[in-house]
Amino acid sequence: MISKDEILHVAALANLKFQDDEVDSFVNQLDKIVNMESKLSSVDTTGIEPTYNMADTNTVFREDKGIHTQTREEMLENVPETENNLIKVPTIVDKEDDE
Amino acid sequence: MNFETTIGLEVHVELKTKSKMYSPSPVAYGAESNINTNVIDFGFPGTLPTVNKNAYRLGVMVGLALNADIENHTHFDRKNYFYPDNPKAYQITQQDKPLGHDGYIEVDVDGEKKKIGIEELHVEEDAGKNTHGNNGFSYVDLNRQGTPLIEIVSKPDMHSPEEAYQYLENLRKIIQFTGASDVKMEEGSMRVDTNISIRPVGSDTYGTKVELKNLNSFNHVKLGLAYEEKRQAAILKQGGSIGQETRRFDEKTGETFLMRVKSGADDYRYFPEPDLPDYEISPAWVEEIKASLPETAAARRNRYINELGIPEYDAGVLTDTKEMSDFFDEAVKYDANPKLVSNWLMGEVNAYMNENKIGLVETKLTPEHLAKMINLISNGTISSKIAKKVFKETISNGTEPEEWVKSKGLVQESDPDVLKPMILEILDNNQQSIDDFKNGKDRAVGFLVGQIMKQTHGQANPKVVNKILMAELKSR
Amino acid sequence: MDIMNETIASLHDKLVNKEVTSEDLTTQSLDKIKANKESLNTFITVNDKADQDAKKVDKTGINGPLAGIPIAIKDNIVSKGIKTTAASKILYNFMPVYSATVLEKLENAGAIDIGKTNLDEFAMGSSTETSYFGTSVNAWDHTRVPGGSSGGSAAAVAAGEVIAALGTDTGGSIRQPSAFNGIFGIKPTYGRVSRWGVIAFASSLDQVGVMSKRVEDSAAVLSVIAGHDDHDSTSSTKEVPDYRANLNKDMHGVKIAVPKEFWHEGTHPEVLENVNKALDAYKEMGATVEEVSLPSLKHAVEVYYVLASSEASSNLQRYDGVRYGFRAKDVKNIKELFVKSRSEGFGDEVKRRIMLGTFALSAGAYDAYFKKAAQVRTIFINEMNNVLKDYDLIMGPSTTTPAFKIGEKVDDPLAMYMNDILTIPANLAGLPAASVPAGLADGMPVGLQIIGRSFDEQSVFNAAYALQEENKFYEKIPTALKGED
Repeated sequence: MISKDEILHVAALANLKFQDDEVDSFVNQLDKIVNMESKLSSVDTTGIEPTYNMADTNTVFREDKGIHTQTREEMLENVPETENNLIKVPTIVDKEDDE
Repeated sequence: MNFETTIGLEVHVELKTKSKMYSPSPVAYGAESNINTNVIDFGFPGTLPTVNKNAYRLGVMVGLALNADIENHTHFDRKNYFYPDNPKAYQITQQDKPLGHDGYIEVDVDGEKKKIGIEELHVEEDAGKNTHGNNGFSYVDLNRQGTPLIEIVSKPDMHSPEEAYQYLENLRKIIQFTGASDVKMEEGSMRVDTNISIRPVGSDTYGTKVELKNLNSFNHVKLGLAYEEKRQAAILKQGGSIGQETRRFDEKTGETFLMRVKSGADDYRYFPEPDLPDYEISPAWVEEIKASLPETAAARRNRYINELGIPEYDAGVLTDTKEMSDFFDEAVKYDANPKLVSNWLMGEVNAYMNENKIGLVETKLTPEHLAKMINLISNGTISSKIAKKVFKETISNGTEPEEWVKSKGLVQESDPDVLKPMILEILDNNQQSIDDFKNGKDRAVGFLVGQIMKQTHGQANPKVVNKILMAELKSR
Repeated sequence: MDIMNETIASLHDKLVNKEVTSEDLTTQSLDKIKANKESLNTFITVNDKADQDAKKVDKTGINGPLAGIPIAIKDNIVSKGIKTTAASKILYNFMPVYSATVLEKLENAGAIDIGKTNLDEFAMGSSTETSYFGTSVNAWDHTRVPGGSSGGSAAAVAAGEVIAALGTDTGGSIRQPSAFNGIFGIKPTYGRVSRWGVIAFASSLDQVGVMSKRVEDSAAVLSVIAGHDDHDSTSSTKEVPDYRANLNKDMHGVKIAVPKEFWHEGTHPEVLENVNKALDAYKEMGATVEEVSLPSLKHAVEVYYVLASSEASSNLQRYDGVRYGFRAKDVKNIKELFVKSRSEGFGDEVKRRIMLGTFALSAGAYDAYFKKAAQVRTIFINEMNNVLKDYDLIMGPSTTTPAFKIGEKVDDPLAMYMNDILTIPANLAGLPAASVPAGLADGMPVGLQIIGRSFDEQSVFNAAYALQEENKFYEKIPTALKGED
């Protein structure tokens, strides 16, 4: 069983918000899906390496050459609001991590 | 009640590469806003990362210099969190299998040598930069986004602010001498996060960790930690408890202030980056990198002492920064006397830098010019008095000393055939001085030399002048 | 001339001989797209410079293998200067400033990008019903879904708007709509085609593929778009064959495995009948057909929904209203901007997957869900590859039923997810897989699924080609189109 509180916690992590009338049906649906997924617990995976990527090669590197592939004008074309070539956003209230 | 302090440091260092960690955009400090960005740095839909080989190589280099074991089977992981300077809302890092682990740094505190353990180090990408207007808006510049970083996580092995300070000093020095980074706190190419806790002596569990931020110099680290030690001890002595929190160091007051209380661990939902394959770092490549490691500061210092005869203290000063040490080595290559090069660097050059508040590379002086100037003195071409003039010209304007000395007619006059008639003439005109000399007044010699110098505009070689003058005086 | 009766090769000859111009083909295609806009809604955006591009090709000459041929592009593949939305409100106005590698390769081969086809939002769905720009419909029955997520591409090909289209396939998004619309569609081996410029859904599963009425046309297009790309570190360096030139319908000695688990209990009887008929045809052509078992198949849907949602939850975090796309209004601070832009910009299905994935990766759930699923994936990959040690191909139905009715499953996510049970295996194992028309059930097309060994797309093409030449399904005109032209 996945609880409403858990769902709200996950929504906060994902930066999503649900209307009050949506939450219950979401909880219900997600609970069913998570239940389905929980059947995985019946599989014995002792000693099995997980598969995280599907590349058929490994250790792919790029040589260290600095190049411009786009212009700044191109990069700023889609930005909803700019000022002095900076991306303008509503205030970052929580400034603690800026250095 | 007596307390024991436990300190752990997380240090981020920008690696010196031409391009970013996962994108080919150029890396440059202080460039125009958003000029060094591309679709990867902006986290555009459909973009994929590619790993900068040189950044990884430099990371391994730092790992080796810090005596770490290099991981042979690794991969990259995503660290998920939302922030405007983090365009993909995940940072590509190495969480599960860091590049290196179990290294150490030796520190010397109060004459006692100690090894501080390094838990692990890994490569990752830097974030962009946010600035804050007072108009209800903030602004994002993504130039720095993707700059290659190495994060070095110490073990909680430090027990005093002084140890932490020494650890950072040595870490900076070690990394700087590998050439992997400029490690400049003031330009942000080195950044320090600290964790500190205290516990009663004899306790077998650690106290609650407090994180300190806004530590912009090693000195601030030391001051912040020292303040925190006292603050926490005072609380515990009064029977209070330490909160799990992040505190900000205020450089004006030297105190720390609460920034936020940590409510449980952050959930970054790390998972292996599926856009990149696994990485096999071959022992052969690691060996190759090891062989290419530049000489360490300690090795250079020993070489200066043992091979070049530089006094211990001087050798230490010369190897304090890679800049200075490189300059010294280069100047010595131009056949200048090492001891003289060292004296000039520690004396006049250092004074000039202090006076003008600039670094060695910002002066116009080159190792070649310094060496040439020193050789001009050594071989008697110029006097040490003239040398001061030459030095000023060379360090301020980058003028080549040999040609300048010639063109300005500053070459020292050492030819006895030229000097002798001049000296005889001056003696003839100063019988009084000769008499004084004979009566044991040594000052007379000084006066006579002064006259000769005056007549030669200071270019007469004092040694030669002295020799001729003394012989002549005695014979009269 | 109707492209329904042509192949890329025959069009190429006509272009070379100047019986037709690229401009003619392009205009015809654009006209059909426009005429079907109301009824089929196959495209989100048409390329308004397509006719200029065609004129250019006409002028410079027919050089590449695809020169002058209009091809449709699924709207989750970015195209410089042409709006690309992934069928999401959150990218409703997004104008790419670079092109996907597959598009650059098509362009270099002279193909005309005719426009961007409809899909389920961020390719998450099996019906195109989750598109912000309205659902597309099935070319055979306008009351039915075209399948998904590459439903726009499938219906566009089936309706003769284009001769071929690019799709993407994460859990069956090429094969299922191809089956539903009676066309051929192939998802190549993971890593065969570059993902640079493909809007990510699930990075370890996504792959670009091709859809066309005829096998040889997909073969021609795949040879053009495949190959290593320095932009995509997971793309393979293996050489790309000329699939069309190497087509061989000789099935003698080909060993076909049919997993008994593919005979799902809910499978439509006429689907089974058509698939059995196709398998009999292979036997007659000289192939051997044997039943095998994939015991872990029963966990495939679980593995898939955990892994695909987890990767998606991370891949879709970049849509935060800061740098491009939809930005919510009336927000006080950055946190509100994130939450409001995302909550208003994403549709319900996308939110569901983000929630599932965020949950599976979260601190308490990681080991039991994400890591566990990644381990079961390994078991499943081994099972598939073990079968392919003894057999050349794995076959079965592409879907359990023909196209379902619009609205039938939209409110039941779990039932929708179960649709993918037959197509998911090839994605989990990264294997090449195609759907080729096998016949009709209730008047709606049925697809046979063919899965090959890693990087052996050729055998998949060959088997599909053999069946195509046997049943000539491409001669059938979708019932809903009859009398329209």
